[in-house]
Order: sequence, then C-alpha cells, then structure tokens
Amino acid sequence: MQSPKPAFFYHKNARVLGGLLMVCAALFLLHLAIGAKALSIGEIWLAISVFNSNNFDHMVVWNVRLPRALIAITVGASLAVAGAIMQGVTKNPLASPSILGLLSGAAFAIVVALGWFGIDSPLYTPWIAALGASGAAIMVALIAHAAPGGLTAHNLTLAGAAVSAFLAAIITLFQLSNEDDFDDLREWLSGSLAGNNLDVLSSIAPWICLSLLAALLLANKITLLAMGDETAKSLGVKTTRLKLQLMLCVIMLTACSVALVGPVGFIGLVIPHVSRFFVGADYRWVIPISALLGACFLLLVDTLARVVISPAEVSTGIASAIIGAPIFVYLIKVKLD
Amino acid sequence: MNLAIADGKTSIIIGANGCGKSTLLKTIARVLLPASGDVILDGENIASIKTKHVAQKLGLLPQGPITPEGLTVKELVSQGRYPHQSFLRQWTSADEAAVYEAMQIADVAQFSELPIDDLSGGQRQRCWIAMVLAQQTNFILLDEPTTFLDLKVQVDLMRLLAELVQKNNRTLVMVLHDLNLAAAFADQLIMLKDGKIMHNGPVENVFNAANIKSVFNLDVDIIIDPRSKRPVCLPHLRSASVCALEPAL
Repeated sequence: MQSPKPAFFYHKNARVLGGLLMVCAALFLLHLAIGAKALSIGEIWLAISVFNSNNFDHMVVWNVRLPRALIAITVGASLAVAGAIMQGVTKNPLASPSILGLLSGAAFAIVVALGWFGIDSPLYTPWIAALGASGAAIMVALIAHAAPGGLTAHNLTLAGAAVSAFLAAIITLFQLSNEDDFDDLREWLSGSLAGNNLDVLSSIAPWICLSLLAALLLANKITLLAMGDETAKSLGVKTTRLKLQLMLCVIMLTACSVALVGPVGFIGLVIPHVSRFFVGADYRWVIPISALLGACFLLLVDTLARVVISPAEVSTGIASAIIGAPIFVYLIKVKLD
Repeated sequence: MNLAIADGKTSIIIGANGCGKSTLLKTIARVLLPASGDVILDGENIASIKTKHVAQKLGLLPQGPITPEGLTVKELVSQGRYPHQSFLRQWTSADEAAVYEAMQIADVAQFSELPIDDLSGGQRQRCWIAMVLAQQTNFILLDEPTTFLDLKVQVDLMRLLAELVQKNNRTLVMVLHDLNLAAAFADQLIMLKDGKIMHNGPVENVFNAANIKSVFNLDVDIIIDPRSKRPVCLPHLRSASVCALEPAL
C-alpha cells in the first residue's frame, strides 16, 4: 500500500526548503566573491574547478574564503539544529546552546585545555569542547533538579543563565590574569570564523555531518516529545533513550561549532523560531529548515562582518548578535500582532 | 488492587483528587510501571510487549496534553500514526486514510489545515481525540477529557465517545471528575479511594448515596433522570442549620 511519493514535493514547506537552498547557494557564492579583493563568479569557478597554485586569487579562494564559507555553513546549521532540538525537547522557547550553558561550557573547556595544557589540535578540541558542554549541561540539570519544582523549563533556563554567567566570569578571570597567552584566544572567544583552513574543517566536519544526519532521522520523534512525555510514550516512543540520543546530538553539534569558531550565541536561539514561523511545529520540517536558515544567516552575517567596516572586521559572534537581536525583537512583535 | 476492564464497553474511573485515578490509568497504559503486580493486555503481560506494539493496541490521551505551537490539526492527528510506521515503512495511503477517518469521526476535518492554537478548547480536545483515534487501537484511555470545557461541549464530547464504543466497538477507559457525567455514560464504574478500588460494577449497582459518601465523604441524594433513566446525584449543598435560617428555601 505504498502511496505515490511526490506528495513531498507538493507540500507547501517543500517550496520553503527549495527556496532556502537557492538563497543558501547564492549567499555562498556572494561570500566567496566579496572580500579585500572582489572576485567574479567565473574566477571563483575557475579556482575551484581548475586550481592553479601559482595564481594568488586561487590561493585566496582555497585557503581563506572557501574554508570560511564552508565553516559558516556548517556552524550555522549545527547551532540552529542544536537550538531547535533543545527547544523541542524541553518545550522551552528560550532553550538554546547559549542560554542553557552549553556554549560557555564548551568554551571554558577549550580555554582550560589551551591555556593550561597547550592543547589546540583540531583532533582533540571537539572532544574537549564536548566534555565541557556535557559538564555544563549536567551541572545545569543538577541545579534545576535540586530547585523547587525540578526539571521545569523555568528552572533549566535560570540554572543555565547562572552556569553561563559563572563560567564566563572564570574565563574573563583567566584572560585578565594571563593577557599574553590569551591574546590569540580573545578573538576566538568572541566568535570568529577567520583563521581556519580546510584541514581543520575536514577533521571536524564528519562529526557534524553525522550529528546532523542523526537529527534528521530523529526529527519525527522530536515532534512527539514536544507533545509531552506521556503522549510520546503512549505513542510508542522510548522517551529516555530518545532524549539521550538527542542530547548527544546537541552536545556534538555545539562542541564542534565551538571548536571551529568559538562561542557564537543567538543562532541557536533565534533561527529555530524563524524556522517555525515558516513551517510550523512539525520537526521533520523544522530541523532541515533550521539547518538551512542557520547556514544562510551565518553566511550573510559573516559577509557583512567583513564588508561593513573593511578593511577591519567585526567578529562574527558580535555581528550575529548585532544582526540577530533586532530580528528576534521584530519576530516577537510580528507574532504579538 | 484487582481490576478487569470489559471489552467493547465504557469503563469510567472516579474518585477524589489525588486518590490515584490518573496513576491507575497511566499504569494501564504502560506509561508508568507498577512497583509490583502486572497489567495484562489481551492475555500478555504488558511489560513484556514492545513499546510500539503496545501503542498499536492501546492509545492514551493524557490530562491537559501539550500542543506544540504552530502545529496544524492534520499534523497533530498524523502523529497518531507513529506506532504504525517504521524506518522502512514510512507514510502510506493507509495512514492517510486513517487520519482522515479519525478527523471525520471527531468532526475536525474542516479544520485540518488550521493551527491548533486558533481553535477553541472543545475543538482542540476533539483534535486530540482524533489523534488517539488515528492510532486505531482497540483500547482508548482518556484522562479527564472534559475538564475545562463548557457543559454543552462536555456533553457533545461524551456523546462522540459513546458512539465510538457502540459503532466502532472500541473499549474506553476514562477518568472523569464529573460524577453525573460518569453515571450517565459508564457501563462499568470504578470508584477509587486512596489508591484502592472501593466499588466496581455497573452504574445501577454502585452509584448510590452510601458509596458516594464512603468514597468522597459527600452527602448526596440520588434521583433518576426521567429522560435517560440514569442515576443523578444531588449533593447536599447547605447544612440543615443554614437552610433553617432561610425558610424561603
């Protein structure tokens, strides 16, 4: 009794998905083309298809712009999907890697690893970040659990804010007491897409791809979880196992993002809301749309961050909040109307 | 506690707040696991049946279910098909048909593309019932499905559920707050107090003033509704002394 498949292509959300794919491709090319020296689409295409190591422009495309654009896409998608999963599972519209302390935890672990042990190999940083993010998540859960009412959305948010503030304060303390060593870290801590090459990305990308794939495969069950644990259980979902799987997904996505670009907030908080604004609450749509919107958003922000006050650059983390905050406020207003 | 649920009938659980009605219902649904004892579903211990197989036989509508913001009626009802799907067996025309049938029965098909948030309380509750119906289970468990609804909506909803039992031969187990609604629609009435079954049987046998006094500590008179021939309880609203002060009453 297999129904004809094309129903998917006629779904109104499929058009949103297709449109976003095109926007994402366009922003990707724009991101590659714009910079200290503007390159035409033709030149970019030549650099990618017939690479010539003697051509300076080709070197710029391969070593600087392509890694940066690809990182913008992967990190944007990762953080947005991580936020979407967290908001679905906790039924808390404020849940996100930044608010629930995961970003600070990951950043804290990397700062400690680098500042005290001198570890900065991209082979290890994602795992160190994952350790930090898990530690922070567990701490937030324990604090919320101990508070009156237990693991409510409210308590988790408050505990997340407290843990974030605490870890951020310690990072600042490290920074102030050891200014020379932290000079390199300062930019990373504000969220920077610069300075990574394709090798770094390729060592981390498989984990991101795996986690994103897992998120897509689990997406239909997130909708069930968002309908409450009892409903999900009565529909045949093993809720505890599912929550662990999703938690692992979120931690890997957050950790890899932080390892690549440092803590970039806002994407994880805002993008899932924008996605639901377009496609509703069915997570089979929310997850892929969040991934694409996150990628588009970070590509756009990073392009603007390089252009607006060029030749200087605004750090992407700062730019994403500067651009993201007004969008968030606007959305709230639209929703209230 | 020992409780048998009659097949193809409506069983309604009543009892004071906090007496364990919902706990009993959730335990029957395998959402909670009993510390001791077993729930037997069609001759099999429910704890040893796979989670998804339980969900193919038994549907639960929890009390005050959470509707994710922005979910449309059809999307919500479609979630009821989850237990019938797997990685290899995705959405089929049978799923589509079940969803439409459920929406027809619950009378929400006309809203199918609307977000649930836009509907009234009674319409929302019907959407949730459609979700459970789409699950196509023989057993349907409902935890206070009429709470917070207007009286008319409550009655409509109960009629809809009664029809399900009669026409579609489903087995209904329900927790209800309203004693008269329970007495009007139950085949089997289960009266719970402090986690124990005090009285269990057909309405006409167990729905009497003495039993209600023992379970709810409430003085009532029982009269028979001339239209439905069902018993109705009237609580003693005022103490005799207060009535005596107001002879007009």
